[in-house]
Amino acid sequence: MLQLITFSTLNGVLYGMLLFMMASGLTLIFSMMGVLNFAHAGFYMLGAYFGFEISRHIGFWPGFVVAPLLVGALGALVERYGLRRVHRFGHVSELLFTFGLAFVIEELVQIFWGKLPVDYRIPPALDFVAFRLFDTTYPAYRMFMLLTAVAMFAFLLTILTRTRVGLIIQAALTHPNMVAMLGHDVPKIFMVVFGVGAALAGLAGVIAGPALVTQPGMANLLGPILFVVIIVGGLGSLTGAFVASLLIGIIQTFAVAMNTSFAQLFGPNAPPFLGDLWQVTIAQLAPVIPYLLLVLMLIFRPTGLMGTRES
Amino acid sequence: MTANARFLLPWLLTALAFVLAPKIFSSGLSLTMMSLMGVMIIFALSYNMLLGQTGLLSFGHAVYFGLGGFVAIHAMNAAIRAKFDLPAPFIPLVGGLAGLAFGFLFGLVSTKRAGIVFSMISLGLGELVSSSSFILRTFFGGEEGIATNRTKMTPFLGYKFGPQIEVYYLVAAWCFVCIVAIYALTRTPFGRMCNAVRENPDRAEFIGYSPRMLRFIAFCFAAFFAGIAGALAAINFEIMNAQQLGAQQSGLVLLMTYVGGIGYFCGPIIGAVIITFLQVMLSDVTEAWQLYFGLLFMGVVLYSPGGLAGWAMLHAQALRRGEAWRLAPSYALVAPAIAAGLVGAIAMIEMAIRFFQQEPGDGAVLRFAGLNLDANAPASWIAALALLAAGVASGRLLWPRVNDAWGAVNLHLRGKAEA
Repeated sequence: MLQLITFSTLNGVLYGMLLFMMASGLTLIFSMMGVLNFAHAGFYMLGAYFGFEISRHIGFWPGFVVAPLLVGALGALVERYGLRRVHRFGHVSELLFTFGLAFVIEELVQIFWGKLPVDYRIPPALDFVAFRLFDTTYPAYRMFMLLTAVAMFAFLLTILTRTRVGLIIQAALTHPNMVAMLGHDVPKIFMVVFGVGAALAGLAGVIAGPALVTQPGMANLLGPILFVVIIVGGLGSLTGAFVASLLIGIIQTFAVAMNTSFAQLFGPNAPPFLGDLWQVTIAQLAPVIPYLLLVLMLIFRPTGLMGTRES
Repeated sequence: MTANARFLLPWLLTALAFVLAPKIFSSGLSLTMMSLMGVMIIFALSYNMLLGQTGLLSFGHAVYFGLGGFVAIHAMNAAIRAKFDLPAPFIPLVGGLAGLAFGFLFGLVSTKRAGIVFSMISLGLGELVSSSSFILRTFFGGEEGIATNRTKMTPFLGYKFGPQIEVYYLVAAWCFVCIVAIYALTRTPFGRMCNAVRENPDRAEFIGYSPRMLRFIAFCFAAFFAGIAGALAAINFEIMNAQQLGAQQSGLVLLMTYVGGIGYFCGPIIGAVIITFLQVMLSDVTEAWQLYFGLLFMGVVLYSPGGLAGWAMLHAQALRRGEAWRLAPSYALVAPAIAAGLVGAIAMIEMAIRFFQQEPGDGAVLRFAGLNLDANAPASWIAALALLAAGVASGRLLWPRVNDAWGAVNLHLRGKAEA
């Protein structure tokens, strides 16, 4: 039991940090531009595939550095030549633009790398056992993922709260017109934030690709959960996104580890009309839990955990 | 022509088109396709009650389509088993009521707010239902879905709905009724208030209406018609599976409606017809048909937010007022540029598919526009790229002329209006 709790917590925190790497960019972009970027998970997928392609030719580490930069540059281009164009048609058009983009990214990935998962491997330098606890081993690569995510979080926090650039970004969140009056190029700030958000998602893809499966469906698996994270955390709140990421990461990981069903708890005879539900284990319910959480949150606390605004 | 005749004429023509379509396109493929179009027209129109009329962008509308279809298919199976006298033409009503019931339930949760929050709740609810469909296997039938046999139902006026042509007329009849009903709804005070809520919820509230209540009612209506469409799909395919209520189907209806044009009543109809046609035809021709759909969608969002209907209406107005000739020269200049760019882009996409998915040893030759393009030969890539670049460059160069021509047209239209 203790073993289960320890490892589930570790894995949950890891999954949560991975979610946060993406959710942080998503929520920053949303609070700045009012755009919910549907293609954000697509950038994560592109990161994984770019990382795979580079690691195939030069090695994992160059990919670790170059792939997120590439994705970031792509994100900046999308903002400059796509989003800025549709901006004048309103937020719905921006949302639809990113929705179409997500679709196109998925299809392009299928054309270039095929529909089957690609063989993106953990680099040999990190392919060893980090530690052994209660007779179970924990791979070093997972520790590396965790460290990368934590380092990224610290980096982001420092930039946002301790530097001049971060100050301007924070100001542009709430008072874009005032920031423009003071002589800052707000569209450029938007472009940079969009690019950095995309790069963060790309980095998450590069490190998650070898541990999870790098396949064309990976964006669709994660995308909706990202939205759950930023809504549960409160739209536009970085701290909220952090808490919600960890919460959802841990809840889902624990749920997956539990093989109990109602039948085991209350006996095999299901009440009428609940036949299916009675046999389902908590592990099988895991994919539904984030969405249940989302719906409950929106009913009882529409601003999210730490949010201040409703829409 | 009297006002009455002017009003009735388009409807008579629509009805006539429904009746005569199978006489003109009588092959098996076109019958199947037209049945599917009928289903999708209802689905897209129901979606536009939300997006176009009330301003609610939903990412989970397929939930009501799918649930309506599943309830309909269970009703069909139950009626067959119990030998209950329920002919197939009444099944869509069952599906519609099921859609309404679920719309009522989920609408209570999701229509509290409009805008992005509504979109996100609809996405969440859609994911919730589609991921539950793999848990509640008795109702959703797991991966393989639930099948039925429409011919075992009680015959209706002697028809057993075995042949596709009978199914087509069933779909067409329902489709016509739904088009009339949805159009009539937009003309009621309720429909007008939905538009008011879309434009300015605060002012709607000041004149004594609750925007939330209006959104909720519109949502229930939309779910009802989506349920009808789902039930017709169930009758048509005789099978329902979890894909029908998933994110892909929700995305498809958004694509159809938006590409058709959300600002006009006929927009979703045009979109449903064209997209269904492309879906059936393109999937035979190219592997990347979904990519083309995505690009088409992005193109419409970027360049023509009014959709195809908006574009057509713009020209119809100029044509009616006798100003369209001013556009012709600039269009004649731009058209070859756009065509060249498109051909170059399509050639590159198709060559990319051949290049990246070729088996070792096999060639990667593509038959395209009467030419043999070898995706392994740099020459064909250079040619395609040159075509694309030339198209884009000349298009950008010539586009101001189109704008100038439109400026002249608008000037004259305004002049005539003032005169």
